[in-house]
Amino acid sequence: MVNIEIDGKALSVAEGSTIIDAADAAGIYIPRFCYHKKLSIAANCRMCLVEVVKVPKPMPACVTPVVEGMNVQTRSLKAIAAQKAVMEFMLINHPLDCPICDQGGECQLQDLAVGFGASASRYHEEKRVVLNKDIGPLISTDMTRCIHCTRCVRFGQEVGGIMEMGQVGRGEHSEITPFLGHAIESELSGNMIDLCPVGALTSKPFRYAARSWELRRAPSVSPHDGLGSNIEIQSKNGRVVRVLPRSNDAINECWLSDRERFSYEGLHAADRLQRPMIKQNDVWRECDWQYALDFAAQALPAVKDKRGATEIGALGTPHATVEELYLLQKLTRALGSDNIDFRLRQSDFRTDDALHGAPWLGMPITEVAELGSVLLVGTALRADHPLLALRLRHAAMRGARISLVNPLDDNLLMPLVAKSIVAPAAMVQALEQVRRALAGEPDDAVAHAIANTFNRGGRKAVLLGNLAQHHPHFAELHSVAQQIAELSGARLGFLGEAANSVGGYLAGAIPRAGGMNAGAMLTAAPKAMILLGVEPERDSANAAQSIAALHGADLVVALSAYKSAALLETADVLLPIVPFSETSGSFVSTEGRVQSFAAAVKPLGEARPAWKVLRVLGNLLNVPDCAFESSEQVRAEALGDGIVAEGRLDNRLKTIKAIVPVTAPGLQRIGDVAPYQTDAIVRRATALQKTHAAQIRAWMNGALLAKLSVADGDMLKVSQGEGSATLMAGRDDKLPDDCVRVAAGHPLTANLGGLFDEIKVERAILNV
Amino acid sequence: MANEVIFHSIHLPESWKLENYLKVGGFDALKKVIAEQMPAEEIINQVKISALRGRGGAGFPTGLKWSFMPRQFPGDKYVVCNTDEGEPGTFKDKDIIRYNPHQLIEGMVIAGYTLGAVAGYNYIHGEIFECFERFEAALEEARAANLLGKNILGSGWDFDIHAHHGYGAYVCGEETALLESIEGKKGQPRFKPPFPASFGLYGKPTTINNTETLASIPYIVKHGGQKFLELGKPNNGGTKIFSVSGHVAKPGNYEIGMGTPFKELLAMAGGIKDGRKLKAVIPGGSSVPVVPGEIMMDVTMDYDSISKAGSYLGAGSVIVMDETVCMVKALERLSYFYFEESCGQCTPCREGAGWLYRVIQRIEHGQGRAEDLALLESVAGNIMGRTICALGDAAAMPVQGMLKHYRNEFEYHIKHGKCMVNGG
Amino acid sequence: MLSPAALTEIDREVAKYPPLRKQSAVMSALRIAQIELGWLSPETIEYVANYLEIPAIAAWEVATFYNMYELKPVGKYKLSVCTNLPCTLMGAESAVEYLQRKLGIGFNETTPDGKFSLKMSECMGSCGEGPLLTINNHKMKVRLTPEVIDEILAGLE
Repeated sequence: MVNIEIDGKALSVAEGSTIIDAADAAGIYIPRFCYHKKLSIAANCRMCLVEVVKVPKPMPACVTPVVEGMNVQTRSLKAIAAQKAVMEFMLINHPLDCPICDQGGECQLQDLAVGFGASASRYHEEKRVVLNKDIGPLISTDMTRCIHCTRCVRFGQEVGGIMEMGQVGRGEHSEITPFLGHAIESELSGNMIDLCPVGALTSKPFRYAARSWELRRAPSVSPHDGLGSNIEIQSKNGRVVRVLPRSNDAINECWLSDRERFSYEGLHAADRLQRPMIKQNDVWRECDWQYALDFAAQALPAVKDKRGATEIGALGTPHATVEELYLLQKLTRALGSDNIDFRLRQSDFRTDDALHGAPWLGMPITEVAELGSVLLVGTALRADHPLLALRLRHAAMRGARISLVNPLDDNLLMPLVAKSIVAPAAMVQALEQVRRALAGEPDDAVAHAIANTFNRGGRKAVLLGNLAQHHPHFAELHSVAQQIAELSGARLGFLGEAANSVGGYLAGAIPRAGGMNAGAMLTAAPKAMILLGVEPERDSANAAQSIAALHGADLVVALSAYKSAALLETADVLLPIVPFSETSGSFVSTEGRVQSFAAAVKPLGEARPAWKVLRVLGNLLNVPDCAFESSEQVRAEALGDGIVAEGRLDNRLKTIKAIVPVTAPGLQRIGDVAPYQTDAIVRRATALQKTHAAQIRAWMNGALLAKLSVADGDMLKVSQGEGSATLMAGRDDKLPDDCVRVAAGHPLTANLGGLFDEIKVERAILNV
Repeated sequence: MANEVIFHSIHLPESWKLENYLKVGGFDALKKVIAEQMPAEEIINQVKISALRGRGGAGFPTGLKWSFMPRQFPGDKYVVCNTDEGEPGTFKDKDIIRYNPHQLIEGMVIAGYTLGAVAGYNYIHGEIFECFERFEAALEEARAANLLGKNILGSGWDFDIHAHHGYGAYVCGEETALLESIEGKKGQPRFKPPFPASFGLYGKPTTINNTETLASIPYIVKHGGQKFLELGKPNNGGTKIFSVSGHVAKPGNYEIGMGTPFKELLAMAGGIKDGRKLKAVIPGGSSVPVVPGEIMMDVTMDYDSISKAGSYLGAGSVIVMDETVCMVKALERLSYFYFEESCGQCTPCREGAGWLYRVIQRIEHGQGRAEDLALLESVAGNIMGRTICALGDAAAMPVQGMLKHYRNEFEYHIKHGKCMVNGG
Repeated sequence: MLSPAALTEIDREVAKYPPLRKQSAVMSALRIAQIELGWLSPETIEYVANYLEIPAIAAWEVATFYNMYELKPVGKYKLSVCTNLPCTLMGAESAVEYLQRKLGIGFNETTPDGKFSLKMSECMGSCGEGPLLTINNHKMKVRLTPEVIDEILAGLE
C-alpha cells in the first residue's frame, strides 16, 4: 500500500494505482472524458489534469501512478486553471447545439462545461464542421460534436475484438470514422453509444424520441440469451423508448449486446395482441377475457374427459419467466398430464433420464474470463452469446488456449489454438477423437492439438453451445464431452440459449413421469395443446413438422403477446399476454443466478401478465393451491427462498451414451439460429433487422457451389421435405464439405425441416 | 577542430562507400569491441565519461540513458535510431547518412552489442528518400562484409539493422511517436512513463538515440570517452554539428567543438548575406524561443550558454534572420507548421495550435484586435506543459519568444494594419 | 491489384519486422502501392490492409496521417515545395511564384494535361540547401532559382 493525500484527505491505496483510481475510490471526483475503467488509458483529453505538489506541470490523473507521499490537489488554483483551459479548448470547435442533441441532459461535456466552462467564448474564428457518416442502422452520428476521446476506437480494439472505428487524418482535421463506406458490424456496437461522452454517437432508433429527463427508468433483466444482463428500461408515456445496461461486473459488466439493447423495438410491434381472440367457424374475432377464458376452461377438460389426460400437452418458451413456466406446468399436471416442456429447439432428449440436475454454465460467469483452456463444442458463439464471447476473448488475450469442435468457423475475433471444423453428422466422431487423444489412444493430429490445449495448468472448461444442444446426437455429444472433462480435469458447461434455459428446469417445466417432451409433442401433438409464448414455426427444432403437429391437435390454446401467423393458422383461442417489460417475474441465468424484476410499463391494451392469466385459468379449472396474489408468491413456491440450491444444478450424466456410427445425409443443413431471430421480441425489432448480420443466405463452400453449378449471389431454392425457401447463395470456404448453412428462426426459412437434417439445393426459378 | 568526429571522411570521393570508410579506420571500434569482448559496463562507462548528450534536441546524457536499459531482461530488446529530422532548421542527420552512413551503422551495432539488443531500426525522414536508399545500400554492404547480420565478425553474435521510412509527419521525430510509426500506426506519442527503456518498440525494452549521437559512439569507443569530452567542454562533451540556415552566405552543416562562440560559427557560415545586419537567431530549431541578434553575438554554442540566453541548443539548428524579416510573418509561418503537424491526440494541442495560427494570421493580415496579444499569451500558456508530448510546447514557445522580444512589431501590425519592417 | 514485383517488394519490407508484426510494413506497402498506381484509392488501401492482415481502418488511419500519401489522383509529376521558415528566408516565395507562373497552377492543383501537380510542403530536413522541392516524393531538387526550375521542368517528360 502507498500513502498519499488527495485534497487534504489521507489515503492508503494499492501500489500501481493511478491518481484517478485512488480519487474514485475515495469519492473525490476528477473530471474526465477519455478515461474509462474498462478501456486502456489514452490520456488524450487532458480534462483530468490535477496538481501534484512539487511537480511543475499539472499531471493527468488517469495515467499518473501514485507514489509514496504524493500530495494531490484536484481543486487548487493550478488544477482548476488547467481544467478550465482544457474545457475551453474542448468547446471552441464544439457546436453547442445542445437543444437538438439527443445527448442533452446526459452529456459529460455539457455537465462539465457547467462546472468548468466560461460564460462566453474567446474564440471568434470559424468552427470546424465534420461530415456525418452513415455507419449502419443502429448508431447515429453527429461527428462535429466529437471531442476525439477515442473511447469508441479503443472499444473496438480492446472489447469488440475488431477495430472498426479509427481516428483518421491529423491534428485539427482528424476525424473519428469507420473505413470509408463501411457500416459498423460488431454485435456489441451499441456500447459505443454509451461510451461516447458527447452526442457524436447516439442511438439511431432512439433519435429524437425523447429528452433524457422525460424518461421513466426501471431496472430489469434482459430476456434473450442466458446471461441475464442487467438492463434499465426507459419509457416515455408508457412506451419503452430505450434500453441501457445497468453495470454489474458479475454479469454483463457495463456492456450489452446489440440484441439486448435494440430488441425493445419489438415490444411495440404492430402485431401485438391487445384483446383476446377466438376462432369460430374458421373466422377469428376479438372477444372479452371472460369469454376466452371460459372457452379454454371448458374445452381443456372436455378433451381430457373424452381422450384422457395424456392427450393434453403444454409448451412454453424458454424466454418466459420462472413464474409463468411454473404455473404452466402446475396447471398441466393438475389436469393430469406430464406432457410439459420448454426446450423447443432441442431434438435429442435421450439423456433426460440420466440428468443429475439442471444443465448450466458449470461455473460463475466471471470465471469464464479466467479460464486457461477452453474447448468449445457446437456454437455460433458471437451470435448466440455475445457477452460470453467477450469474456472468452479476454481470456484469450490473457493467454487462454481456446479450441473448437464445430460445423461453423466464423471469425470469433480471438485466437484459436486448434479447431476441428466438421459436418454436424461428424461432430460426435470429432469429439470422440479428442477423447481418445486425451486417453492416450490413437488419434488424429487435430484432435491431438485440441487435447494438448489441456496440457498446462489453470482453469479448464468444455463448453457446449446451442448447436450442440440442438444436435440430433446431443446425448452422445454430452457423453463424450463429460468424459473429456473428466480426463482433462475440465469443468463441463452449457451455454444457456435463453433467458430461462436453467429456470425452466427449476420450474419443473419438463416431463418427469414419462410424459411427452417438446420433440415428441411437436412431432405428434396431443389433442389439446397449451402454448405459452411459442411461435412454433420459428422457435422449434423442426419448423414444418411442428406446424403439422399443431394442425393435428383438436384444440390449441395459445397465450401470446403477438398475433403471429402460425398461431392464427393453428390455434383456437389467443389469450393476450405481455412481454417481460410489462410484468414482474424472474429469470434464472445460465450461471444459476435468480434475478427478479418488476414491470417497467403498464400492459398494452387488454393484454395481461401470463402468470395472472394462468392463475385465473387455474382457478377456473379448479387447480388446487392456485390463489397466488403476486408473482413473488409464485416464485417462492417454484424456487423456495429464491436462491438456487447448489444441488439443483448439475451437468453430469448418470450414464454415458455409447457412440453409434452416424451416416451423413447427402447434403446436410447447418441450422444455426439467425442472431436477430432468436425470440418473439427480437424478431420484431426493426432496426436490428436492417443490420448486415440479420441478412441470411444459403452458405456453402466453393467446392459445393461448383458441384451444384451455382455461384455466390445466385438465387437458390433450398428444400427439406415439403418445405422450401428461396435464398441467395453465399460462399464461405470455411464451412465443411457438403453442408449448407441455412439459419432458422427467420421468416424465409419458417417452413423448412430439421436444423441438421438433409437439405436439397437447386437453382431457383424466379418469376420475373 | 572541425569535422573531427562525424564528418572526418567527408572530403573523400564517395565517402559513403564501405571501402572508403574502412580506409579512414572505419569499424575499428567495432573490431576492438568484438576482439576484446569489451564488457558492456565498460562501454557505457566510456560513454558517460565522454559527456555525450543526446543530439536530437533534448540533450539527455547518453551514458545515463544506456544504463537505464534492462540489459538482463531475457526477451527481445531493440536499438532505434532517430533520423526523422523535420524540425525547421534541422538537417544534420541527413548529411550523416548521406556522407557517412557506415559510421552510424557501426555506432548502432556497438549500441546493440552493449544493450543486448536483437535488432536495430533506423527511422528516416520520408522526404529524404534518396538518403534512405543510400542507407539501405550501406546496410547491404555491411551485411556482405559480415559487419552486420549473423555471426558478426565471427563473434557468434547476431544483430541486424533495418531502415524504416517516415512519410511526412513531423511528430514522428518524438521518440514514442516514432515507435508507434515503426509499429505501423499513426505517429501519436505515448504517455511516459513507461519509458521506452522498459516499454518500447512492440512493448519491449528499447533505447532510442539520435543519429549524430549514435554516430559519435565509434569515436568514443576507439579513442576513449576522455578524448571526446576534451573536444568540447565539461558537461558538453565532443563536437557538435550545427546546421546553419537562413540569411547567411554559406548555409550548411558545421561540425565544431561544443562551446565555440556563435560569432565564429556565423563567420564560418560566411556571415550575413548581402552585407545586411543580423536581426535575430532561432538557435535550436523552430520550436525554441527566438534570441535577438545582439544577445546571440555573446553566446557560445553549448547547452548551458544558450540556456542562459533564454533559449535552447536543441538539435543545433541555427536559423539566422536579417533585418528585413517581419517577425509577425515569420511566426505566422511557424504557427501554421505546428497547426498542420499536431497529431490530433491531446485536446490543448489539437485545438490550441489552430487557434494560435488563426489569431496570428489575422494580425499579419491587418485584422488584429487590441486584445489579441493577451489572448495569444493566454492560449500559448494553456497549451504549454499540458500535452502528452512536447509538440504542444513547441507550438507555444515560439509565440512566447516572439512576443517577449518583438512585441512592438505585433502591436504595430494590430494598430496600423500593416508591417513595421516592410511596410506591406 | 498490385503487380507481382510490388508484392515482392512488400514482402521484403515485411521481412524486416518480427513475425506477427506485419503491420509495421504498412507504411512501405502503401508507398509501394502509391508508386505503382499513382495514388491511394480506398480500394487500394483496403487491398494493402488485407494483404498485411490488418483492419482496413488501421491502414486508412496511416494513409491519412502521413501527408506524402495521395488520397486523390495527382499529376504525373507531383512537385512538393517546402515553404517553411528557413526555406522562405532563403527564397521559397519567389521559387513558388515562378513555378506557379510557369505551370499556370496554384497549390493543390494539377495542370490540364495532367502532367504536373503542385503541393505546399512542410520541412524536408534539408534547410541548408533551400529553397527546395521533391518530385514524386522521392527525388529532391535543391537551391531553386528560375534557371534551376527551368532545367528541372525541362527534364521531366
